[in-house]
Amino acid sequence: MKVCVLDIGMGNIGSIVNMIRKTGHYALVVKKPCDLPDTGKVILPGVGHFDQGMINLHGLELYAPLNERIQQHKIIVLGICLGMQLLTNGSEEGTQRGLGWLKTDCKRFNLSPPLRVPHMGWNIVSPVTSTKLFNDIEELRFYFVHSYYLSISREMNILGTTEYGQSFVSVAQSDNVYGVQFHPEKSHHSGMQLLKNFIEKC
Amino acid sequence: MLNIRLIPVLLLKGTGLVKTRRFARPTYIGDPINAVHIFNDMNADELIFLDITKSRSGQSPDFSMISEIANECFMPFCYGGGVRDIDTMKKIFYIGAEKIALGAAAFEKPCLIGEAAKTFGSQSIVVVMDVKKNWHGQYRITTHSATRIHPVDPVTYAKRMADAGAGELLVYSVDRDGMMNGYDIELLQQITRAVNIPVIACGGAGNFQHFRQAITLGGAAAVAAGSRFVFFGVHNAVLINYPDKQQLKQLFLGSNE
Repeated sequence: MKVCVLDIGMGNIGSIVNMIRKTGHYALVVKKPCDLPDTGKVILPGVGHFDQGMINLHGLELYAPLNERIQQHKIIVLGICLGMQLLTNGSEEGTQRGLGWLKTDCKRFNLSPPLRVPHMGWNIVSPVTSTKLFNDIEELRFYFVHSYYLSISREMNILGTTEYGQSFVSVAQSDNVYGVQFHPEKSHHSGMQLLKNFIEKC
Repeated sequence: MLNIRLIPVLLLKGTGLVKTRRFARPTYIGDPINAVHIFNDMNADELIFLDITKSRSGQSPDFSMISEIANECFMPFCYGGGVRDIDTMKKIFYIGAEKIALGAAAFEKPCLIGEAAKTFGSQSIVVVMDVKKNWHGQYRITTHSATRIHPVDPVTYAKRMADAGAGELLVYSVDRDGMMNGYDIELLQQITRAVNIPVIACGGAGNFQHFRQAITLGGAAAVAAGSRFVFFGVHNAVLINYPDKQQLKQLFLGSNE
């Protein structure tokens, strides 16, 4: 199956494209609004500053078409890392408004030593609600790099949480919009299986 | 939880992978991308790539090579070799590396570490300490692939690097490199007692027992190795290998929390 990977100029997407190929599917990198699909799956990756991510979405004129595809055409979206955060209402990291599909806000970790920010390394996801995203994954162990996190909210479906000094939302969903805080493309078989599940089962 | 990382260190020379002995006599091992594929299949925790041509000459990194690695690497990786300024680091992080290792640049411009830690977060900054014993048997810091020996004691240096904002120290014993006769435990002890940041032991690993010693006796937070992961058997044939989950469990059972 074809999956679109949205390139908003925030970090390397090569490893995502290659990981998708490894699942037996193929990725199409999309930068222009006219190339956005009306159906199917879209991955929104991203590494970097929240405001820069939103500014790029607006600058590339992807903001409105993406919203329209999500709302009217019900395309299925997976936000990864910053991409997940861009799907929320907003972040303490910046002043821009987010896409607003995941009804929560992003907060900065406020931790005491020896825990440090960013949260960087392999960590475990505890499943909260059953989801096909986790199908056939032996161990929910993934690679994280982030300084901001999605706070708990009742207005979205929390699929998984992770402990780092506190509990935070590491996997969330709201209808046809999914988000993961970790990097499945850097998380070996667990990550590959999760992407495969997103493509085949969600 | 298994939180001790076992990290293959891969040395780049030109477009090939090599393995050295005491930082000399580079033996060609194979193609780096092929090695990445194999470590992908073996679920390695993370990889460290050090470009020894660039660290010796100080030339800027081969960005197209790093980008090829980034595209194929389904685990976090660290790049080192010829990185001397923030702009170069920005480029490498953008390409997709998770960490950058600084050697000569950290030695010559310690301020760079602070700036880098502030810009990218200290967790992504690894300082490489290539340590060699001098004629008097004293540990000394070396740079440029151990071609330059400096009258600097590694303990003092480690503290300075930690204070400057380094996220991790890769303590690499030049004398043990490629020898496979065990890590320099005394060196590791001296450094891990002096600093609070994680120390990655490197140089000398030949078997599982050596990994365990670096952790339990040396106080290392992670263990890195070259030969151990690329050679196999009594004749040291080139064969990329990495312990599986079961072996890892046995290896570190009881050695961490």
